[in-house]
Amino acid sequence: MAAGPARAAEQDEDRDPGAESRLQAGFDATIGKDQRIEPRDWMPEGYRRTLVRQIAQHAHSEIIGMQPEGEWITRAPSLRRKAILFAKVQDEAGHGLYLYSAAETLGADRADLTERLISGRQKYSSIFNYPTPTFADVGVIGWFVDGAAICNQVPLCRSSYGPYARAMVRICKEESFHQRQGYELLLTMMRGTQAQRAMVQDAVDRWWWPSLMMFGPPDGDSPNSAASMAWKIKRHTNDELRQRFVDMTVPQAEKLGVTLPDPQLRWNEKRGRHDFGTPDWSELKRVIAGDGPCNDERVARRTAAHEDGAWVREAAAAHAAKQAARAQARTHEGAAA
Amino acid sequence: MSSTEAADDDHVYLSLAEGHDDGDARWAFGTGFSDPLHGVDTAVPDAVDGSALAAVCLALGDDALVASQRLAEWCTRAPELEEEVALANIGLDLLGQARMLYARCGQVDGTDRREDAYAYFRAPADFRNVALVELPNGDFALSIARLLILSTWRLALLSRLAGTSDPVLAAIAAKAVPELTYHRQYAADWVVRLGDGTEESHRRMRAALRELAPYVEELLTATGDTVPGILAAPDTGTEAVREETLGVLRQVLAAAGLDLPERPAAPYRGRGGEHTEHLAPLLEELQSVAREHPEATW
Repeated sequence: MAAGPARAAEQDEDRDPGAESRLQAGFDATIGKDQRIEPRDWMPEGYRRTLVRQIAQHAHSEIIGMQPEGEWITRAPSLRRKAILFAKVQDEAGHGLYLYSAAETLGADRADLTERLISGRQKYSSIFNYPTPTFADVGVIGWFVDGAAICNQVPLCRSSYGPYARAMVRICKEESFHQRQGYELLLTMMRGTQAQRAMVQDAVDRWWWPSLMMFGPPDGDSPNSAASMAWKIKRHTNDELRQRFVDMTVPQAEKLGVTLPDPQLRWNEKRGRHDFGTPDWSELKRVIAGDGPCNDERVARRTAAHEDGAWVREAAAAHAAKQAARAQARTHEGAAA
Repeated sequence: MSSTEAADDDHVYLSLAEGHDDGDARWAFGTGFSDPLHGVDTAVPDAVDGSALAAVCLALGDDALVASQRLAEWCTRAPELEEEVALANIGLDLLGQARMLYARCGQVDGTDRREDAYAYFRAPADFRNVALVELPNGDFALSIARLLILSTWRLALLSRLAGTSDPVLAAIAAKAVPELTYHRQYAADWVVRLGDGTEESHRRMRAALRELAPYVEELLTATGDTVPGILAAPDTGTEAVREETLGVLRQVLAAAGLDLPERPAAPYRGRGGEHTEHLAPLLEELQSVAREHPEATW
């Protein structure tokens, strides 16, 4: 799976044992100066593997993340909300595409990554394994899930790997628009009927804790974080980002008029931040292990789309091959004449 | 984290929270925070027959809404991510067209209804779309063949309506022309790929065209039913639209090694409210939440 430049580096190393340490020193210097690593630059295999894993997981999350909200496009209760939701889910497909492309700059292959997703060898964000029983879920996903994604992703706009950082700039802009639209839906619903307000509070109650889990396990229990921080793939720890999300969200909840379902949540004057309760980490482990409420149906849907579409992809490839053969035949005819 | 980094991030968060007044143009039509027909002069010119104009807007609006709903059903089920994006794009364009057409209808049919009243609070028999758009999606070949037929006809008609004497309908049509040109191109490219690709894809395209052929006549006849004398230009009649539609279809299908089989017309008259059995369940789903909460605002 290694791309060309890394192969070349390995060959150099056979001839000159000092080469790898010089390449490593150059890489370390680039990271140290906060400059970007680009696809043609030499990079350690661990860095490449970690990035492919992280970017693929992010791409898979965008694609699987289309499902819980996509369910509501056909039922959205106004044409404006229908257009907003349709466009949002389309943006997610677009994000998946940019991210798979970023992974391809590291020598990965989209079809292979899709295979890994379907077979369960690569993960996606656990948040998308929760169900969306009401239309208020669409708003709360925009507010919490896109909000948490922005907290996670804004620092990635300064990630050391250039293509990933650039993809994240565009994605963050779109996510922020989605968050704003989700929050605006909730504001409108809270001004509506009693049933609508109850629907919003119910969705807040269901999504709050899973959203806090989106930042990953606590720092003491996050095995991959240290290397990612050193390589500047990742810039803040899980707990720092979780705290930032809570601090951002509390005033928004007050403005909206909903209660966040955490009795321990309160402002800590001394820290200048909010104290909050501990998510049920055993639940996160269960959902990551595949036993969340919707894991099976999410992967089954993605698998069905992939398998049902196989004949279409084969036809497109066959047509392209025929076209190329025809063009070549024409060139030969031209040359013969 | 260093304090500089934290400050950099805060700067990004703040800029995300700012208004996006300049950037709204890049978002799909009608997904922003402003009124789609804001600033357009909505007075009906004296020369225009209001009830005929309303009928055209309703028919074309219903075609677009129902076609968009079927495209939305593809979401998360497309054969490739590029198709996921393209089908959503086309569905969004049609949804945008439906919204503007309903808005115009409400201004001229004397009821002063808003777009949602048309979409959510009418019974199936009050819908005026053609049967072609309400048929279930079937496989990718069927959806693509339908898209080719619909967009070819709709482009032939709307490119002419861009010259109509009602300025609002003319503006809606003019905005739709580049959208429909893309829809037709996208569908034509796929029809050629699938017709030429593999034995299986060719067989599926043939089956799709055989299934859809009976619904083409209603579309071509419906041009006359729905667009009575409000058109200004002389080449806007049913015959011109029919000729262009069939001519383009023949050309694309020939390039794909396919043809449109001759089959008797299906017995539905969607423009008169006589629909297939497929419309009612489609609308039941589309209208379910809105009708469960009739007092709500969204």
